[in-house]
Amino acid sequence: MKIDFKHNPGAHCESGVTVNMLRFYGVAISEPLALGIGAGLFFSYMPFIHLHGMPVFSFRSLPGHIFSRVMKHLGIKVNKRRFLNRGASMQALDKLLEKGIPVGVVVGVFYLTYFPKEYRFHFNAHNLCVIGKEDDVYTVSDPVSLTLNELSAADLLRVRFAKGTYPPMGKMYWVKHPPAVTPNLKKAILNGIKHNCKRMLDIPIPYFGVKGIYLLAKHLRRWEQRLGERKAALCLAQVVRMLEEIGTGGAGFRYMYAAFLQEAAAILNNPAYLRFSDDMTSIGDLWRDFACEAARRFKNRNDQLCTYEQLSEKLTQIADREKNLFSRIRQHIS
Amino acid sequence: MKIEEVPQDDGYLKDTNLRDIYYALDNDGKYRQVASTGWTPKTEALNLTWELISEEAETIRQDVLAGRKSPLAYHMAMRLFTVGILASYSGISRKIIKKHMQPKGFERIDGATLAKYAVAMNMSIEELKKLDG
Repeated sequence: MKIDFKHNPGAHCESGVTVNMLRFYGVAISEPLALGIGAGLFFSYMPFIHLHGMPVFSFRSLPGHIFSRVMKHLGIKVNKRRFLNRGASMQALDKLLEKGIPVGVVVGVFYLTYFPKEYRFHFNAHNLCVIGKEDDVYTVSDPVSLTLNELSAADLLRVRFAKGTYPPMGKMYWVKHPPAVTPNLKKAILNGIKHNCKRMLDIPIPYFGVKGIYLLAKHLRRWEQRLGERKAALCLAQVVRMLEEIGTGGAGFRYMYAAFLQEAAAILNNPAYLRFSDDMTSIGDLWRDFACEAARRFKNRNDQLCTYEQLSEKLTQIADREKNLFSRIRQHIS
Repeated sequence: MKIEEVPQDDGYLKDTNLRDIYYALDNDGKYRQVASTGWTPKTEALNLTWELISEEAETIRQDVLAGRKSPLAYHMAMRLFTVGILASYSGISRKIIKKHMQPKGFERIDGATLAKYAVAMNMSIEELKKLDG
């Protein structure tokens, strides 16, 4: 059986699943709106955590936050579950499917069969929505895919219990009660923006928000001396990959957030957000520019035209711009 | 970024049904979704990452040939399995895995344990014993 579920591709797995699931329950919001309401734009640089021997960079909030926050702000009750027992995790999934409920699951991509080999790292926070089962084959709606995909029960079980950093442990989530009243979008949007300003500006430790970008700029300047040419190039490649990794909508969610601000301007009937959107677009362009230069650096190691020094300058400039923009947005709201 | 500036550089997604979805501006300055087949700087970043992984695996391969490490160590490097990841996939303790990454330890692995490694890394026991692949 297969649930009548409209699959729409999205830029990002989590916001994509959230939006597709909401549409199934009759709440039509766009993916950028989900990102904005979920306060999903972020930056973090954690030099003390290592993945494959490299520090961790991220342009988004923690996995699971967008979904939870969007549902909370729209007043929709959800359920979440993790499992210790593999068999139980599949039984619980089947039970929900039989009731006609689409189920979001968190998976690791290393054994995700329809991903190209080059994308399969031990990354354990990918989201997809299971929408049907026929014999032993599950139909899944993965937002980063243009069409639906199929996974055998064994393959699905394996990715749901992927191991490594942050194992998903069969995590699944679904809508408990569909919304009774039409959600108040305006309030949700303003809340989301406020929360995002706070996350970008106010976290008092130096690894997160704009402070994190400044810290990365400061460290990156000396990467080559401190880590050696090879490791420095690898770290730089890692930043570019996280910035443009499948699922950011371009420039580490900056373009998607600009799209959100544009939509917010229309819904709130406030043209000020159009200016903020333009600003966010040009910040996105700066990130893309940074990625281009960084790629030049790690590809041609003797390129004197862009040095770590200059890349660091660029990042500082981006941090200044983001700090300025979020401060202005906050001023405008309060 | 404008819609016509969205890169279509044919990266690794080209032959799959996956796409990078961008948000880009149309002629009226309105944001739209655009599917992309890839962007060169990103593909290069991915390539560099894999290049260094294979270089590391090659060093280990040489170590195996010289009798300093076991094929298990090589297969782990190729598949980005750290001792920790393999331990949690296979249920075998880190200490024992480290022992099996040495040639002497590897010779003494029993069939059941070999099978556990093979399942964890999705390969056959024969492949696990050999160096190629």
